Amino acid sequence: MIEATATPLTSSTYSLAALFFQFLNSFGFIILATVGLAIIFGMMGVINLAHGEFILIGVYGTALTYHAGVPLPLAMVAGVVVTTIFGVIIERTVVRKLYDRLLDSMVATWGLALVISQLLLIVFGSSLDSISTPMGSVSYGPFSSSIYRSIFLPIVAVLVLAGLYALFTRTEFGIKARATIEDPETARAMGIDTDRMYVSTFAIGSALAGLTGALYAPALGSITPNRGSTFLVEAFVAVVVGGPSVIVGTLSASGVLSVFNATGSFFFGTFIGQMFLLLVAIVALRVLPDGITGYVEDWRQRRRAEQ
Amino acid sequence: MSWRVDAEASMVDRLRGRLEGPNTYGNSRLFWAGFAIVVAAFAAYPQLVGVYTVIQTSRYFALAFLALSLSFIWGYAGVLSFGQVAFFGVAAYTFGIIGLNFGSATGIMAALVGAILVGTAVAALVGYFMFYGGVRDTYVTIMTLVIALVLNTFMAQTAGSEWAIGAAQLGGFNGMDIPSLTLGIGQSGLVLERVAFYYALLGALVVAYLGLRALVNSSFGMTMVAVREDEARTATFGYNVPFIKLVVFTIGGALAAVGGVFYGSWGNYIDPTVFGIAFAALPVVWVSVGGRESLLGAMGATILIERMRTELSSGIGPIGSEWALVIVGGLLLGVILFMPAGVVPTVADRIDRLRSRRADNARSTTPTEEAVE
Repeated sequence: MIEATATPLTSSTYSLAALFFQFLNSFGFIILATVGLAIIFGMMGVINLAHGEFILIGVYGTALTYHAGVPLPLAMVAGVVVTTIFGVIIERTVVRKLYDRLLDSMVATWGLALVISQLLLIVFGSSLDSISTPMGSVSYGPFSSSIYRSIFLPIVAVLVLAGLYALFTRTEFGIKARATIEDPETARAMGIDTDRMYVSTFAIGSALAGLTGALYAPALGSITPNRGSTFLVEAFVAVVVGGPSVIVGTLSASGVLSVFNATGSFFFGTFIGQMFLLLVAIVALRVLPDGITGYVEDWRQRRRAEQ
Repeated sequence: MSWRVDAEASMVDRLRGRLEGPNTYGNSRLFWAGFAIVVAAFAAYPQLVGVYTVIQTSRYFALAFLALSLSFIWGYAGVLSFGQVAFFGVAAYTFGIIGLNFGSATGIMAALVGAILVGTAVAALVGYFMFYGGVRDTYVTIMTLVIALVLNTFMAQTAGSEWAIGAAQLGGFNGMDIPSLTLGIGQSGLVLERVAFYYALLGALVVAYLGLRALVNSSFGMTMVAVREDEARTATFGYNVPFIKLVVFTIGGALAAVGGVFYGSWGNYIDPTVFGIAFAALPVVWVSVGGRESLLGAMGATILIERMRTELSSGIGPIGSEWALVIVGGLLLGVILFMPAGVVPTVADRIDRLRSRRADNARSTTPTEEAVE
């Protein structure tokens, strides 16, 4: 009926709008899923394969507090705090032994991931009650999009990146943290407590994972202990495609990947969208082994050399 | 008479020379005696225990191929793949597809060859794509995992009846039937089931192990280890590093494919969980725990860990099956933190050190005594 009354022009406008909202939805998701992993990988050279489970802890923290009767925004804060504390404990006990051991850090955190998701299953059962998505949705023509997922979360995602950019470039902490990553010995000689910098950076990464979990707790539908891998795969792919520069890399990779993901999902269904994303990642790795920002950096240096 | 004994002895020596070298643990007479005893014990095992245990143990043997494959590429060439299960699963599916379409014994023999070829070819293709494309270290690890997950996502949605290749329904998470392994030509042949299947696997595993030992101690094996230790330097010496990695990865894929065929025909069933993240973690656990630079350690750890998982899930022991993955994950974490080389290399190292200390003591004490006199 709607198709019949709408003129071809408006119906294609509706489709374009729907595609755009789909893009925003996917864009926000990929940025938020990636940012915690990207900080920890880009700043510390540790690949945290338990990243998906860190997010899951944020989800569980939020959902459990919410179901205990706490209002959603406060429950979200609880989710972030729980994940941050957990991250600091893991840094002190596990991750600190794995600096400069990239492959080992992947293997060990994979073990951690198995333990966390299985413990969540044992303690909280096969699923938690879902939380209804706030903010409702907007309808246009035959389509409707969730305001929370397609408008609010992408905005939060971009704000988070902007905040991180400011933190790492404009504050004393950020400069100290980057100095620690660049050259720990010199940083120590200059009086920086590098040990504290590592903990803080890992804590920030964990807090971001917790934030992602908290934000997606009301947008996941069913909350099950195996949801971690959905986040992990997208995050992995975006980190690899983005390359060494944390913020620009995450932003550009999320942009590129969500175009493919949204187009695939919109025209052929979510499954094809997911396949598109993974195949693009494989091809991107083959063509740009150092990711988008690595390629840009390369290109810049070559141009400088030519001049 | 004596020349004959000499000839035999020199043949044994030559054989041992092929199998021994700095790249493998266990290069003594004692080791080979122990090895022979263990193989003999496994050969006698079906006479001592029930059929159920024999069938379970065959499963561990099939998985041990997967462990050998990862130990070979990770431990000896430094290529950490999280996606060996991809080649394993592809071979199992291919075996099922060909086997279901050509039900005769000849058809199943063809399926066996075809499945191993397809698994190997996929590994070669992936390897070419990565190593000639300059994909390195962690990115190889991530890419192999992503490939396994792509296959997982893809196979998961093949439940509909339109996903059929000839007579074979792919079946999504309902899984696909797989015929039993059959040796023979024509319509009938020797169906390898239960105890016969166990012996076939045991034989294949011993052959694979000895073959890999010979390979890693050959000059190609030395080159592999050189690539693991320092890629840039190996390239400077004129070795074609991408080619070496490609060959290693392809051989690893072939081993995984063999395991996949055995695994599929063991359960007469395969489903997309073989490509899933939990199953993909298992080879990494076995190989890390056993010791990635020890082929025997990787196999031993596979058998022990899988046995523990089976026993937990059948309710033996004080805790339930849901704790199996917690233990497996904790084991992995603990080994990486406290014993990064894995159990076998660490123990071998300790024994070596103890022996050399004792030898030192013996040498240093004798002269002092003389001096006192």
